[in-house]
Amino acid sequence: MSTDNVVDTKRRRFLVNSTSVVAAVGAGFVAVPFLSSWMPSERAKNAGAPVEVDISKLEEGRLLVVEWQSKPVWILKRSAKTLADLPKFEDQLRDPHSENADQQPPYAQNDNRSIKPEISVLVGICTHLGCSPTYRPEIGPADLGDDWLGGYFCPCHSSRFDLAGRVFLGVPAPTNLVVPPHSYMNDNVIQVGVDGESA
Amino acid sequence: MSNLLGWIDERFPLTKMWNEHLAEYYAPKNFNFWYFFGSLALMVLVIQIVSGIFLTMHYKPDGAMAFASVEYIMRDVPYGWLIRYIHSTGATAFFVVVYLHMLRGLLYGSYKKPRELIWLFGMFIYLALMAEAFMGYLLPWGQMSYWGAQVIISLFSAIPVIGDDLTLWIRGDFVIGDATLNRFFALHVIALPLVLVFLVVAHVLALHEVGSNNPDGVEIKKNKDANGIPLDGIPFHPYYSVKDIVGVVVFLFFFSVVLFYFPDGGGYMLEHANFIASDPLKTPEHIAPVWYFTPFYAILRAVPDKLMGVGAMGGAIVVLFFLPWIDRCKVKSIRYRSGIFKANLIVFCVSFVVLGWLAMQPVTETITFMSRLFSFLYFAFFVVLYVTSKNESTKPVPDRVTS
Repeated sequence: MSTDNVVDTKRRRFLVNSTSVVAAVGAGFVAVPFLSSWMPSERAKNAGAPVEVDISKLEEGRLLVVEWQSKPVWILKRSAKTLADLPKFEDQLRDPHSENADQQPPYAQNDNRSIKPEISVLVGICTHLGCSPTYRPEIGPADLGDDWLGGYFCPCHSSRFDLAGRVFLGVPAPTNLVVPPHSYMNDNVIQVGVDGESA
Repeated sequence: MSNLLGWIDERFPLTKMWNEHLAEYYAPKNFNFWYFFGSLALMVLVIQIVSGIFLTMHYKPDGAMAFASVEYIMRDVPYGWLIRYIHSTGATAFFVVVYLHMLRGLLYGSYKKPRELIWLFGMFIYLALMAEAFMGYLLPWGQMSYWGAQVIISLFSAIPVIGDDLTLWIRGDFVIGDATLNRFFALHVIALPLVLVFLVVAHVLALHEVGSNNPDGVEIKKNKDANGIPLDGIPFHPYYSVKDIVGVVVFLFFFSVVLFYFPDGGGYMLEHANFIASDPLKTPEHIAPVWYFTPFYAILRAVPDKLMGVGAMGGAIVVLFFLPWIDRCKVKSIRYRSGIFKANLIVFCVSFVVLGWLAMQPVTETITFMSRLFSFLYFAFFVVLYVTSKNESTKPVPDRVTS
């Protein structure tokens, strides 16, 4: 104890500041487990096993919806005419040649965005704000305009995609629909969620 | 009795607080119709907390059980339907009174010096209220709950670099699921109500520190009598407590009409698609938010770019925070302000309402064009206000309140 009653303000300020800094660091460390607890749990990470889909009965132009990792996955068998129509849109698309590598595996980075030209596999979640777009195969419907040759239309914010899941210009969605990793176990069975040997 | 009060007062400032905030809080004597909505908002908060506590006793925040538990409340719990409809009608009532309360602030310049902090606390209450309403709407776990949450959470994915990880962190899963539902429940029933109550206390304390504004926008504290009591002030209790009770009666009349005759609000308060259990594979044909979010949703939809759209929508809310500094006119009340301000405010209010209507319409070219036009007018209000308010030609403001 000091004998005089003069307060050493410099020392007091040092003690206050150092205590505050140590407390702030401590609070930061304590925040980590709480904030981390919001990340997907181990159980959530382990869910999402691959899904096998038999496409032997799939007709041309019919959309098959299967659930993979709780998301809708679309499997569409496209007709020869649809495939022939795909290049017609190229100047109206944001990414006609699928140059954004995040949106599909390398084996689907082609003009049809598929392994087999006619079979399109897409995650049916709009890249804008996550709604599931509607399959609109009809030609030139009243609400979508005369030049509509079939595609996907998102009812939430009216983003448009062609039948290869490529996004049109001038809509809110920034990127093409995602092609999930998938492979063919044989001619008629697709395994969604697993890359094939061709990858 | 007075002995008991004396005993308490020596240990807790009961009489002091009563006097400070009620019996000797002097409010301007010229309050009009617009001054009902603050106390009404407080009452709706109490309604929501009480009805919410009772709903929590029967609801199951579990992805597999939530939808069925709400149906259980509606069909099997005695008066469960009434308690749930009180809560859902209360949500709408909350936004009605808060929007009118905010409009009052705009009309009479209640956000201006020295009341900027009251406005800021109020804006944070509004933000917390929007978060509270959004998270509450997920809990019934119907189709609109699910896809509405999907859209709103995806808004964060527009943020560059961290967006995708941030949405993953908010959801707690790769899609909206049980984890999301469970944490939204925790935030809805514990975290946000605590924040709301804290902010309401701060809002009222700040108000009572500087004193209430009034329809003339004059400071009643400038003219005091010999005892230091404002000449134009009357004690809040009993004068305004009694006046507010009249407001409460009229409010409850309207509240009951909606509660008993239009509990789903024609699909704008409880959307029809929400009576279908959530299905992660199928988005409802027509998706629109509940009515109180629609103006901002219209702004989002008006912009054909993801990041810019989200930015415009966020900006539409953020810009309101800065209102006390955007409006540079010294005169508070619209009664003494210029015709430009009046016209500007009318255009703003019309834009807000029209945007709300536009967001509920299916997208067509006309709707998109109108959404862009009225989004522009919404933001133009603040630009015009900033430019014209500096040297506004105002009328002379009286020294004392009129009437």
